[in-house]
Amino acid sequence: MARELLKGNIAIAEAAVRAGLEAYFGYPITPQTELLEWMSHRMPELGRVFLQAESEVAAINMVYGAACTGARVMSSSSSPGVSLMMEGLSYIAGTELPVVLVDVVRGGPGLGNIAPSQGDYNQIVHGGGHGDYFNIVLAPSSVQEAIDLTVLAFDLAEKYRSIVIVMADGNIGQMMEPAELPPMRPIKKVYPEWSVRGAVSRDKRILSSIYMNPEDEEITNLRLLERWQVVQRNETMFKEYFLDNAEIIVLGYGTAGRIAYSAVRAARAEGIPVGLFRPVSLSPFPSEVIEDLADSSSAFLVVEMNTGQMLNDVKMFVNGKVPVEFYGRLGGMVPFPEEILAEIKRISSGNFSPVSDPRITWIERLKETINGSGEAT
Amino acid sequence: MERTNTAQKVYSRPESLTGATTHYCPGCTHGVAHRIIAEVIDEMNIREKTIGVAPVGCSVFAYNYFNCDFVEAAHGRAPAMATGIKRVLPDRIVFTYQGDGDLASIGMAEIMHAAARGENLTVIFINNAIYGMTGGQMAPTSLPGQCTTSSPGGRDVEQTGYPIRMAELISGMDGASYSVRRSLHDPNNIRKSKKAIRTAFEVQKHELGFAIVELLSSCPTNWGYSPAEALDWIKYHMLPVFPIGDYKTIDEVNNIKS
Repeated sequence: MARELLKGNIAIAEAAVRAGLEAYFGYPITPQTELLEWMSHRMPELGRVFLQAESEVAAINMVYGAACTGARVMSSSSSPGVSLMMEGLSYIAGTELPVVLVDVVRGGPGLGNIAPSQGDYNQIVHGGGHGDYFNIVLAPSSVQEAIDLTVLAFDLAEKYRSIVIVMADGNIGQMMEPAELPPMRPIKKVYPEWSVRGAVSRDKRILSSIYMNPEDEEITNLRLLERWQVVQRNETMFKEYFLDNAEIIVLGYGTAGRIAYSAVRAARAEGIPVGLFRPVSLSPFPSEVIEDLADSSSAFLVVEMNTGQMLNDVKMFVNGKVPVEFYGRLGGMVPFPEEILAEIKRISSGNFSPVSDPRITWIERLKETINGSGEAT
Repeated sequence: MERTNTAQKVYSRPESLTGATTHYCPGCTHGVAHRIIAEVIDEMNIREKTIGVAPVGCSVFAYNYFNCDFVEAAHGRAPAMATGIKRVLPDRIVFTYQGDGDLASIGMAEIMHAAARGENLTVIFINNAIYGMTGGQMAPTSLPGQCTTSSPGGRDVEQTGYPIRMAELISGMDGASYSVRRSLHDPNNIRKSKKAIRTAFEVQKHELGFAIVELLSSCPTNWGYSPAEALDWIKYHMLPVFPIGDYKTIDEVNNIKS
């Protein structure tokens, strides 16, 4: 396969097709609609299932039904649509079904806008739906990585009977860059022993998320947790850049991580001992590596396109050993590398936020940036 | 005198029902509905290829009583879940079993769009004009003036609107092939209900699209009547609001029946 110029949403869709996707159910929402549109011709052309549902609520419940058959199945949406899917996701988690969902995150809350954002971190990483369950969450920072993680998502979903969410953002979904698609995998022929496909010459099977006796639900919750601990041990993924002798650790994922890379590279060129740690699996979160980095560095800078949702997780594992600074852009705004470089230089010069919550001083700096850029235009 | 054994088994549990004791209240017609559905599945010899979708409501545990593969949907979402199954496995027989709160209130979008798409599904809709499982609240099919725990002074149509007639509503959808209402209040009507259920499954077997059978059903416990009084309440109070009838039967469906 050769590298070709691909748009993120379409690259994700085609990667899913090549991973052996049997059925896609979705609903149009910007900035992920090209993904659905690609499926609308590609899936029927291959004799597979595509259906545009009447809502995201219906789409995720169609996915729920199709997943009960053991088929490889997915949906995709963007933030407000994913909010509507939370009910279905909780049921899917409670029924322990493999499902892949792509969330091309946009600015919020509410209707917000259609610009790139990371405001869904809490909704996706820390659950969203009701009850105790865990999603595997993968955050690509390029079109190529979005392709690779989408293929991986199906394998992980089936391996752990888990929901896997590829959390991209409007930038990853909309941009075009050279990438290589995987070879076409055949549709699987063998379906799992739990799948509901008609009780031919066997006892009937039931798939449900009901455990009426709290004793049984407790055991189920425990099973989900223990399975999750295996996921944590085996599937934690991250990328490290310039971490040798790094005193300042920049942490960012997805588009924010990619922009931070440019800033870190520029800072290194100026001789500042800074490195980038980019979580690829936001859940499981690479907590142990962050604990180790907290021992070997003197400061952290978390960069996000939200008000600091991952910041809280990082602070938990840094556990007060070193200062954790924060820089974010909000509501669909994307930081420039220069903004992050300025933050790195500030920290490098020993100018730390004086309080335990780095957001208090970040707000003041962000206002200056906003006002400054306002004057410039 | 020589004795010959002339005993003949004339009635037994259908193979498509398990031996599980149901949780339904005495006098509730869910059990009757289950039985006639199971008889139809047996008679059509489709048990091994049938997948049921259970709702949220009193019949939430239907999957324990039917002896075929079953899944349990979120409240109102059974038609969407059934769509997902049927699209992946088009040669299986997929049916939903839903109550009035599930189908006509929270799941209104899912049922109407499944009908609009002409989704090749069979829907059994149990209308007992009340929320049974949560203890007798007003349903979208509660009658004007009907006392429930959430309309204690009687359903005030000025405040809470009017009962929804689903069989009629769905008959207006181009995608629907078969939409009828039957009642379970006496043996004659039970026989007619079974015949309609058979047709609704045949519609799917013949890939003719969306079929729904609305069944007027009793809820003695939450209505506050004896089982016999409850059957009379269907007859004298529900039938005038929800008339029995074939609201839509496309020609191809009539051809199956003949």
